Amino acid sequence: MTENGSPLLTVNNIEVIYDHVILVLKGVSLEVSEGGVVALLGANGAGKSTTLKAISNLLGAERGDVTKGNIEYRGERIDKLTPSDLVKKGVVQVMEGRHCFEHLTVEENLLTGAYTRTDGASAINQSLEKVYHYFPGLKERRTSQAGYTSGGEQQMTAVGRALMANPTMILLDEPSMGLAPQLVEEIFEIVDALNKNEGVSFLLAEQNTMVALKHADFGYILENGRVVMEGDAKSLAENEDVKEFYLGLSSGARKSFRDVKHYRRRKRWLA
Amino acid sequence: MEFLTAIFVSPFIEIYEYPLFFIEVVLGGLLAGVMYSLVALGFVLIFKASGVFNFAQGAMVLFAALTLVGLIEHGFPIWLALISTIIVMIALAMAIEKVVLRKLVNQEPIILFMATIGLSYFLDGFGQTLWGSDVKVLDLGIPNAPIEFLGILVNQFDLVAAASAGTLVAVLAIFFQKTRIGRALRAVADDHQAALSVGIPLKTIWAIVWAVAGLVGLVAGIMWGTKLGVQFTLTLVALKALPVLILGGFTSIPGAIIGGLIIGMGEKVAEVFWGAAFGGAIEDWFAYMLALAFLLFRPQGLFGEKIIERV
Repeated sequence: MTENGSPLLTVNNIEVIYDHVILVLKGVSLEVSEGGVVALLGANGAGKSTTLKAISNLLGAERGDVTKGNIEYRGERIDKLTPSDLVKKGVVQVMEGRHCFEHLTVEENLLTGAYTRTDGASAINQSLEKVYHYFPGLKERRTSQAGYTSGGEQQMTAVGRALMANPTMILLDEPSMGLAPQLVEEIFEIVDALNKNEGVSFLLAEQNTMVALKHADFGYILENGRVVMEGDAKSLAENEDVKEFYLGLSSGARKSFRDVKHYRRRKRWLA
Repeated sequence: MEFLTAIFVSPFIEIYEYPLFFIEVVLGGLLAGVMYSLVALGFVLIFKASGVFNFAQGAMVLFAALTLVGLIEHGFPIWLALISTIIVMIALAMAIEKVVLRKLVNQEPIILFMATIGLSYFLDGFGQTLWGSDVKVLDLGIPNAPIEFLGILVNQFDLVAAASAGTLVAVLAIFFQKTRIGRALRAVADDHQAALSVGIPLKTIWAIVWAVAGLVGLVAGIMWGTKLGVQFTLTLVALKALPVLILGGFTSIPGAIIGGLIIGMGEKVAEVFWGAAFGGAIEDWFAYMLALAFLLFRPQGLFGEKIIERV
């Protein structure tokens, strides 16, 4: 690893099984350093969301179970904690597909994010102002029911809601889903800003490899529940295989589909 | 022709000729409606917070009333019996969360609904095993004599019931809209998983909401128990809450109240003035017909949360 600083989060060789039978993660290890932005890349079904849920412990509600390996946060095992305890420790997940509370107003949505906090109303109000500072659009819509806001506003509400917990680490699942490229860029710029100004570390799962690698400083590529490649964002973005498979760029002449298939089969990464 | 006159003409003539009697019927209906609202309220609470239609609400009403009467029969003074029953209902809520709900997190609503059916049978049986199945008289000293007010007869007991329902609703509304826990309850109602992800502990929230529904059940149980005697039929009162809920909306506390009032009043007025046209006893089905009409034209009820669909 070329990251600086001590690891904030370490995932050691975890295996996840759903419903006692379906093996989804077959030994995933990764690290997020203090203040790092780490991207978790891969196709559908590679295990990105499962990895995040294993960390935040939302797996239990989906009948998933971490059966091997362990997860440490600041050197302390966290794989048996409840999601609520984790939020108190500063690890919050923003789920894929936004999951706003539809019938609550935008502001109420944000306030639910502060549920676990015990530092009093004035501190919570400060956080609320901070969220509105990063997402000025939300301030205008604070009294609208979240269900009636746009997809971008819902994603911002979801990120803002996570921020209300005063997190040190946000697990961001597929923030680009269903959003226009311009909005995706906007959201990632806010991720950058939060990382720089508030010192929040990010572990983000993304299919949009290009954008994710642009804003992350380290990346892991998952395939079939395994990490098949890792490296700092720059080197990953320049890697020929990544370019070919995830960025849709290839060097040289256009290949026919048959060639690509052949090539893929032979060069398939297996750990 | 005669039938049409009986529906469209003679009732209105009757109302016109005896306005005081009409007001008395309306008032009686409204006050009876409050009683329906009390039961409906328990449903709304649990539906709001967990998206579960709690079939066992009627059984909870009976169980609360049985426990209260049972304790009084065993020589507890009324205040001590009340406090003990409250404690029992809270303990019951915690047990339900631990034994039933916790295992079913993130399951389909229909599965949770089935679980509450089971719960309902258990509570019926358990309550009667504990306290016996005789009809018991519940007398908390609430006056029951009619009083005359501006020439209209009103039952004092109904007034007490209305007042307690009013207080209950006010407290609950403040609790849901203004407090941190209330907000969390509404959040859980919208999306279990998202609520978990922001650190809202589902277990605590569910235990709280079932406890609150248990307490509302206790109030309903006291009122209905005083009126009908504490017996198995109390669980059937819950069936009357269904049209109330369809009318008012499953997710609205004011809806439960106003739905109850409309049903109560509609029933009584229909029975007294239109009953003759249908050969009487329309009180029994009037509420369901009204609910059916609502399902056709406004499925979320009068005050229910709109079914949000973004296009």
